[in-house]
Amino acid sequence: MSQEIICECGHKNPEGTILCEACGKPLQEDNPKQLLNMRYEGSARRSQTYNRTAIDKIWNYLSSVKVGVTLIILVLIAIAIGTIFPQNIYIPAGADPDTFYKDQYGVLGQIYKTLGFDNLYKSWWFIILIGLLGASIVVASLDRFFPLHRALKNQKVTRHERFMKKQRLFGTTPTTKGEEQLQKAEQALKEKKYKVSREKGALLAEKGRFSRWGPYVNHIGLMVVLIAAVLRFIPGMYVNETMWIREGETKALPGTHNEYYITNHKFILTTYNKQDPQYKQAIKENGSIVKSYQSDVTLFKPEGQSVLGATPKLKKLRDDQIKVNSPLEFAGYQVFQADYRLNELYKMNFTLTDQSEKKTFGKLSVNLYNPKENYDLGHGYKVKLTYYFPDFYFDDNGDPATKSDTPNNPAFIFDVTTPDKPKGETSFVAIKTNQAISKDNQYKLTFAGLDTRNVSGLIVKRDFTVWIFFVGAMIFLLGVVQGMYWQHRRIWLRKINGELWLSAHTNKNWHGIKKDIAYLTDSLGIPEPVDQLEQKVVTEERRKHS
Amino acid sequence: MSMVEISSMLLLIAFILYIFGTIVFTISVAGKKFKKNGEQTDGKGLGIAGFVITVIGFFSQVGYIFTRWKADGHFPISNLFEYTTFLSVMMILGFIIIYLIYRNNSIGMVALPIAVIVIAYASVFPREVEPLIPALQSNWLMIHVTTVSLGEGILTLSFVAGLVYLLRVIDQSKRSARTFWLEFVLLFLICAVGFALVSGIFQALGYSEKFQWVNEKGNTATLEYNVPAIAGPHDGKKLTDGFGPVFQAPSWMNGVNAPKKFNTVIWSVIGGLVIYGIIRLVLRGRRIGAVLNRIVMNVNPPLMDEISYRAVAIGFPVFTLGGIVFAAIWAQQAWSRFWGWDPKEVWALITFFFYAAYLHFRLSRGWEGEKSAWLSVIGFVIIMFNLIFVNLVIAGLHSYA
Ligand code: HEM
Repeated sequence: MSQEIICECGHKNPEGTILCEACGKPLQEDNPKQLLNMRYEGSARRSQTYNRTAIDKIWNYLSSVKVGVTLIILVLIAIAIGTIFPQNIYIPAGADPDTFYKDQYGVLGQIYKTLGFDNLYKSWWFIILIGLLGASIVVASLDRFFPLHRALKNQKVTRHERFMKKQRLFGTTPTTKGEEQLQKAEQALKEKKYKVSREKGALLAEKGRFSRWGPYVNHIGLMVVLIAAVLRFIPGMYVNETMWIREGETKALPGTHNEYYITNHKFILTTYNKQDPQYKQAIKENGSIVKSYQSDVTLFKPEGQSVLGATPKLKKLRDDQIKVNSPLEFAGYQVFQADYRLNELYKMNFTLTDQSEKKTFGKLSVNLYNPKENYDLGHGYKVKLTYYFPDFYFDDNGDPATKSDTPNNPAFIFDVTTPDKPKGETSFVAIKTNQAISKDNQYKLTFAGLDTRNVSGLIVKRDFTVWIFFVGAMIFLLGVVQGMYWQHRRIWLRKINGELWLSAHTNKNWHGIKKDIAYLTDSLGIPEPVDQLEQKVVTEERRKHS
Repeated sequence: MSMVEISSMLLLIAFILYIFGTIVFTISVAGKKFKKNGEQTDGKGLGIAGFVITVIGFFSQVGYIFTRWKADGHFPISNLFEYTTFLSVMMILGFIIIYLIYRNNSIGMVALPIAVIVIAYASVFPREVEPLIPALQSNWLMIHVTTVSLGEGILTLSFVAGLVYLLRVIDQSKRSARTFWLEFVLLFLICAVGFALVSGIFQALGYSEKFQWVNEKGNTATLEYNVPAIAGPHDGKKLTDGFGPVFQAPSWMNGVNAPKKFNTVIWSVIGGLVIYGIIRLVLRGRRIGAVLNRIVMNVNPPLMDEISYRAVAIGFPVFTLGGIVFAAIWAQQAWSRFWGWDPKEVWALITFFFYAAYLHFRLSRGWEGEKSAWLSVIGFVIIMFNLIFVNLVIAGLHSYA
């Protein structure tokens, strides 16, 4: 199958190897003027070696950094375009996405919508793009991991002359006491925390090899993040429910399968004090500024078996306050203060009076959400609520009706029985009217004020994927730091024909390795090696200017 | 003196010190003898002087932060003035880190004036002490913003080194696309100066002009301009009888007070072009890039390339930690979702992807040196875009007033 390449040093290299894994001799013809490409140690990579089957072709394609960068740039451009107009979730509530983009932004808006940019992150082509990016990361990493591992394990201390000559940092000095110098060099490099290996007439010093694995660690982190994103689509991993709960109400928390109940005792909104010496100026310019939103709640758990429909017996778990930036947390759930409505109608109060409103016969209070039918005012005065229209209007026939169950415009039909009118009088009461249905009513229900209450908008969340995202992000960051804040530095010394050859390579941070080498050459009393790249730049410039 | 006044004074001291520092660094770079092999040697004494000045300025700015913190009652990053000023502190910190590693004066020569420009830019925004709305009352916010801006500060240093690289290697003996774009980058920086000058002048004159308009929330409101209106609000009605508007801002600009900011952008470009023209006149027609090219002739290009790359290597994880991870933690606390595709979040992600692409570009041979320097310029543009334009064009949770 594969043909091995046997180097003159005797090492058997797999097909596709560029630099001998052991001695570093360039195995393929190359430009003598150029420095060596040390990427992946010149080891054989699958993608550079096989190109026969369709799988080979896909593999090669995905493992190419050019393709990888292209994918990154494509994602970048897509999400940048995605911010030009608002995403579907951010258009005004009630707007119809089908018409919104066209009406608001014209033809461009329509194109935007048609191409799926309005809901970019869920559009099929974006998901495919991300999928390809993920595949590319995996393939590219596998393609390089094993060869790199093999090459780094197989390093020989004595490197080929051509290998040394073509490193970026390279220098030679005549010497007569080679071994002694190597001994000194070992000492100096060990002080700089290098791992030193010796062979006869040669030395290899190496440090920070583990940083070479940084990219692979960080790519694994990215994969974990992608997996977390996929898991979101699995039901149960991710609960996200909103609820409105009025002051005084007790409700099951949605998404908890009735395992938790909550009571909202009070919603409190506070603003900054206008007189506050610190903020006076800002408040004068911006109007009042909210200081906090807060719901005072109690969390319950039902006791025993709950019967369908009936509110179960509840056991109190704890009292708490839910604020912005401080959710209620329990059993993996978080409950957030997300929204509010102030002063929603709650109860309407009436007094029973005579027509002239001079004499009163008692009071009643009608709960607009859950009205009682009968109200006993004592001394034989009774009021019965026969009809209730929470959101009152006159329908097409001119009859009273209700638009919804929300008490936006409550109206009532009451039946009033009194000691002198045992058969009762009927009256119709709405916010602005109090009509007696029969002309000669003696009694009247006079509006005597409203009770209002606030409503808290809460979000109930349980998200097992958060932790996976977080772990992925941490692995990613550790990998990046591992690969960036440490570097793989190597220094080769070799005694050749009465000269001491020194060459060095680092995958990053040449400044750092040069400082190490300056320490080494200082203690050996030899000149520093030349930076062949810098020299190349200077000579090229001189050529250009002359 | 009140705490606010002390903090402003400390900021001014830093501002002046950075101008001095720029001069000192420039002399240290320009005065150096041309060395054939491109090694850095002289200018050490001056360089150290410049560095000491910078460090004093930095501590003065740190003093600004703490006194402003005292005056605010919270960490001073809650409006555009405070945030942008903070970014300048982090750029200086980034410079200090890079200087301690590389001891390179030409970096200071470019980094300090950029910090000066950023402070000038910041200082024309409203400076009142403001209380925090509930969503911003979070320690995670402070951790998030400080880390993001440190990351951005370090990434800016990549741009600085890249710019020095370009100034050094681009052949100024004849006009080319490269000399054009390099001038363009310089003009961009000068526009920020133009912005500061124009705003400063009209602020001093107490200029004010009012419009009635329908704002980004759909409410009728008055919008006060502090510079003459070239671009008025869309469908706005002028309430005072001053100049303009020459035309109306497009309706799709949806950020808080977008027309006013858009107008300021126009003024910055005008101001920038005027200043640029004056500089060209003073230089007797020569390109600014050509003059700077002479000054940085001694700079060692591979070293600049390395510094630029190193700044990305150091800044990228810091930015990711602050701009993505800490941001997500805060968003989870404040809005119940750690990621919501809010425009500012998306632009942080774009920055992340961009620098990821930068790092991968460098993996292919040939993407070092000049190409990579241009990339670092684009990176800076993206960061500035997020700071200036996302607030202008797009309404989102993050748009500061
Ligand atoms: C958002 C997506 C990605 C991120 C954030 C990312 C991040 C990184 C980082 C930080 C490095 C280290 C760079 C350095 O040390 O200079 C790296 C290396 C690398 N990445 Fe990625 N990467 C991504 C996608 C990809 C893709 C799609 C490919 C596919 C070709 C790829 C291939 C590589 C390779 C080959 C290396 C070098 C490995 C080595 O030096 O041994 N990456 N990546």
